[in-house]
Amino acid sequence: MANTTVDQAPADAATEDKNAEAVAATKRAKRLGISFWLPVGWLSLVGGAAVFAGWLGLPDPGDADFLSIQSPPSAEHWFGTDVLGRDILTRIIYGARVSLTVGFCAPLIGMFFGLILGLLAGYYRGRVEAMIVSTMDTVLALPALVVLLLFSAIFGGSLTTVSVGLGLLFIPAFARVSRANTLNFAEREFVLAARAMGAGDFYIIVREILPNVVLPVIAFALVAVATAIVVEGALSFLGLSVPSPTPSWGGMIAEGREHLQETPHISFVPATVMFLTVLSFNLVGDTLRSRIADVRESAL
Amino acid sequence: MRFALLKLRRLVVVMFAVTLLTFLLVNILPGDIAYDIAGQDASEEEVQQIREDLGLNEPVLIRYFTWLGGVFTGDWGKSFRTGEPVMEAILSRFPVSLQLMIVAQIFALLLALPFGIISAYRPGGVMDRFIAGAAFFCLSIPPFMMAILLIFLFALFLQIMPATGYEPLSAGLWENMRFFILPALSFALAEWTVLMRVLRADMIGVLQQDYIAMARAKGLPTLRIILVHALRPSSFSMITIFGLQVGSLIGGSIIIESIFALPGVGRLLINAIYARDFIVIQGCVTFIAAAYVLVNFAVDLIYALLDPRIRVEGARG
Repeated sequence: MANTTVDQAPADAATEDKNAEAVAATKRAKRLGISFWLPVGWLSLVGGAAVFAGWLGLPDPGDADFLSIQSPPSAEHWFGTDVLGRDILTRIIYGARVSLTVGFCAPLIGMFFGLILGLLAGYYRGRVEAMIVSTMDTVLALPALVVLLLFSAIFGGSLTTVSVGLGLLFIPAFARVSRANTLNFAEREFVLAARAMGAGDFYIIVREILPNVVLPVIAFALVAVATAIVVEGALSFLGLSVPSPTPSWGGMIAEGREHLQETPHISFVPATVMFLTVLSFNLVGDTLRSRIADVRESAL
Repeated sequence: MRFALLKLRRLVVVMFAVTLLTFLLVNILPGDIAYDIAGQDASEEEVQQIREDLGLNEPVLIRYFTWLGGVFTGDWGKSFRTGEPVMEAILSRFPVSLQLMIVAQIFALLLALPFGIISAYRPGGVMDRFIAGAAFFCLSIPPFMMAILLIFLFALFLQIMPATGYEPLSAGLWENMRFFILPALSFALAEWTVLMRVLRADMIGVLQQDYIAMARAKGLPTLRIILVHALRPSSFSMITIFGLQVGSLIGGSIIIESIFALPGVGRLLINAIYARDFIVIQGCVTFIAAAYVLVNFAVDLIYALLDPRIRVEGARG
């Protein structure tokens, strides 16, 4: 009995230490700096404009103003006009719909299937794991961009093909992250306790393990969003994403390529918007990831 | 040896999967190539004849194995459009792609090594934070965007570099290299960030080891400690990433080669995709996938050579 009290003392000190850490972590959480809020603001601006594009009183993205072809930014056309005299601001806002749709759908698809496979592999181990891991490794061995190019060449470039194709290619990465995290939790006390209380595999996976695995996976998903936007941009730059009259950022950059000398803004305005968006997702993802790591450490 | 064999077996499986998958995918490409070749005025018989000649009437799986047999004997088929043998087409363009990749990775290493070392030397310091910020910035510019930016800056504004084009090595080393600098930089300015981060993370760990403290205590100069004692053990993860990047460069080269009009394998592939020349697509994808898988295989082997622990564990697993 005396032993327990002796053992307790350092343990208490350790908990206190951890509490202090947790407090520090929450304090830090309250002070999310400008490098978090500025990107969030930018993303809300882009996202809001994309969603409410129809109510902003913008001209149609296909409307060509033949009197001001390739004109530089002015009061009438804030970001200038493109090769056909179309308003660049309008096209950027409508193009944001494409980028953001792919940016969210592809990681969601990858996350959904990746989570399922990762959870199964990490929980059941053995043959299931071996099969899932080797299949995923095979997919990872494919040159992703090449496969995606083929995919959209075959099924025709559209929002659906690009989102689904990219989503499928994201599965192995998400499965890896999910599996690694599942392995961390599958043998922990609370899982054993649940099993001892007679919980079935499904219950354990969904109610006990999933909530712990989902956070790091979501942090990873934010980085995947940035990747998806970049890849969509590359595809539409090559003309293999949404077909031509529909504005997309990559397509707009490509259209301005021939006119870099006289009117660089045709390429550079959409390029800047895309850069800021990707940068924002990277920054937000990075902040959240370190935040989750902090919470983890203080909770363990 | 055992380790290498295990990896080799996996490599064969992957290649089989990749080629079969591509073959199936490519064969559902929309449009009938026979009609395209025959032209609009062709009769049904002529189209049928072309199908016969190209072997398009056979079932897909039979055609796949015929093609696979050809791959091993060096017959990769002939382009449906130009009649050029696929293997020759690829091999004649491969040096360009290879050169692009090598130059790009050299640039990336030249950036990553010094910046990674400086960052790791004083983690959290002014330089470290500045470099981390710059890396974040660079990482958010995709290569195709960087390419446009570089063309604008160096080709149009400063006019010191050619925007597009290619000269073979026979035209002189500088004449040839001039055309690779901007394309390679388009990759390198994004790739170095990943290498730098990994090197920094590993080196921070290594610099805390006892033997580094020992070296310091012996009074060795800092530069010598870092380059001679710390760099090798810090570079394991970086080498892995380096290899993986070569893989991703192979894919990315499609875009960069077409922006800069470099006659490489990537450009061959994209043109084949636009022209629906599927035997060329098949050949290019096989070649690219093989290169990708082989590079990863090589990375695993080099990794095992550098770090004997992997060898043992890999063979045991």
